[in-house]
Amino acid sequence: MNDFTTWDILRNLLLAARWTVLLSVVSFIGGGLVGALLLFLRIGKSRLGQIFVRFYVEIFQGTPLLMQLFLAFFGLGLFGIDVPAWLAAAVALILWSAAFLTEIWRGCVEAVARGQWEASSSLGMGYLQQMRYVILPQALRVAVPPTVGFSVQVVKGTALTSIIGFVELSKAGTMVTNATFEPFTVYGFVALIYFCLCWPLSKSSQILERKLNVAHRNH
Amino acid sequence: MSLIEITEVKKRFGDNEVLKGINIDVEPGEVIAIIGRSGSGKSTLLRCINGLENIDEGSISVAGAQLLPDELHLKALRLKVGMIFQSFNLFPHLTAGRNVMLSQMVVKKTPRAEAEEMAKKMLERVGLSHKFDAYPDQLSGGQQQRVAIARALAMQPIALLCDEITSALDPELVNEVLAVVKELAAEGMTLMMVTHEMRFAREVCSRVVFMHQGRVHEIGPPEEVFSNPRTAELQQFLGVTH
Ligand SMILES: Nc1ncnc2c1ncn2[C@@H]1O[C@H](COP(=O)(O)OP(=O)(O)O)[C@@H](O)[C@H]1O
Ligand SMILES: [Mg+2]
Repeated sequence: MNDFTTWDILRNLLLAARWTVLLSVVSFIGGGLVGALLLFLRIGKSRLGQIFVRFYVEIFQGTPLLMQLFLAFFGLGLFGIDVPAWLAAAVALILWSAAFLTEIWRGCVEAVARGQWEASSSLGMGYLQQMRYVILPQALRVAVPPTVGFSVQVVKGTALTSIIGFVELSKAGTMVTNATFEPFTVYGFVALIYFCLCWPLSKSSQILERKLNVAHRNH
Repeated sequence: MSLIEITEVKKRFGDNEVLKGINIDVEPGEVIAIIGRSGSGKSTLLRCINGLENIDEGSISVAGAQLLPDELHLKALRLKVGMIFQSFNLFPHLTAGRNVMLSQMVVKKTPRAEAEEMAKKMLERVGLSHKFDAYPDQLSGGQQQRVAIARALAMQPIALLCDEITSALDPELVNEVLAVVKELAAEGMTLMMVTHEMRFAREVCSRVVFMHQGRVHEIGPPEEVFSNPRTAELQQFLGVTH
């Protein structure tokens, strides 16, 4: 057999899990920022902006994340830019998250009743004032549960970056397996760690949804 | 010069011509009731006057200023003409008081303290000064509609457009809203209201407009319109609603 204790396996996996967490956080926050920017283009008044964002979303939702990772990793390499795996992973995941978050948030903005636009118009508010004081505050409340829910997808999405060589939890699992020849134990732990990361997120998304449904108010 | 001049206004939605040449002049202090069957274009007319819909032909002017569909003119118009909706449309994330304060602060740049003062005064005017800190979903329909009226009044409009403002209310809540409107009328506010409350129209309004298929079919003082309808359509309409 080998001289890896269970603790050694777990310790190595947990160390690698830090990178999964870091990549998830970076992707989620970066995706949120880019997504917010795209959202304003999408619901803004510029026709060109709307078309661009629709196109963007179609592309990122219509192709596998894995292909996006490959393109970010190898594509930039074609231009002589030496892309480290972590950078390609972060860029691809940020752009991918942005596409989904924009769509989620657009739905939330459109879910705000038409009457809210009309009432604020009739009071003399301009488009930006309506957005800032009337529409977005309401959309934001609706947006919280699905946004938190989507963060689970981001965490799971990071697993794919192992394929371009970024050493996060999944990649570490493969490496530890190659050293220990105990795939079932190792991947069992890997799955358990993913679960510990994801479950609190999806659970809190559910709780938030229920809470916001019960109390429509903002106090 | 009339306060609101509506001249040969036409409005189409696609092939559907909803307003087919409307002419109404409203004098300052007049209270106009607009009656007619569902689909006759009553809401569309009010929405055109408030600039929520663009007109295809004709002209609308308020206090001498032409209604033009750019943001600057629309804003100027909306400072003069307030609108109350059937579905209240209060901002659900803000208290009653904040609902009344928001547009003053955002549109008119009124300082907060002053806006709050005005909000208290307007809520008092509709009998809801004790509900300043209540959220819309803590209020009854009648109270919500009164807050909506206070919110419009806080912008100090010279005319108010009311689109079936009691139609979404339980019968026992209708009167508290109508009482507020009646008081406004007595104070000399110019009002154009789409309504099904025939008794109210008879008591309070100076003129009644009967709309039928996108036209002003009959117009006149309530005694005349209600007691002496000239057209078969109006006779039938009044027969149905009585
Ligand atoms: N936004 C819209 N798009 C298309 N058709 C509309 C729109 N608003 C109203 N209409 C049509 O215009 C006609 C008049 O509607 P409306 O003004 O709401 O009538 P009323 O208020 O008298 O019931 C109806 O046939 C309605 O279907
Ligand atoms: Mg209507």
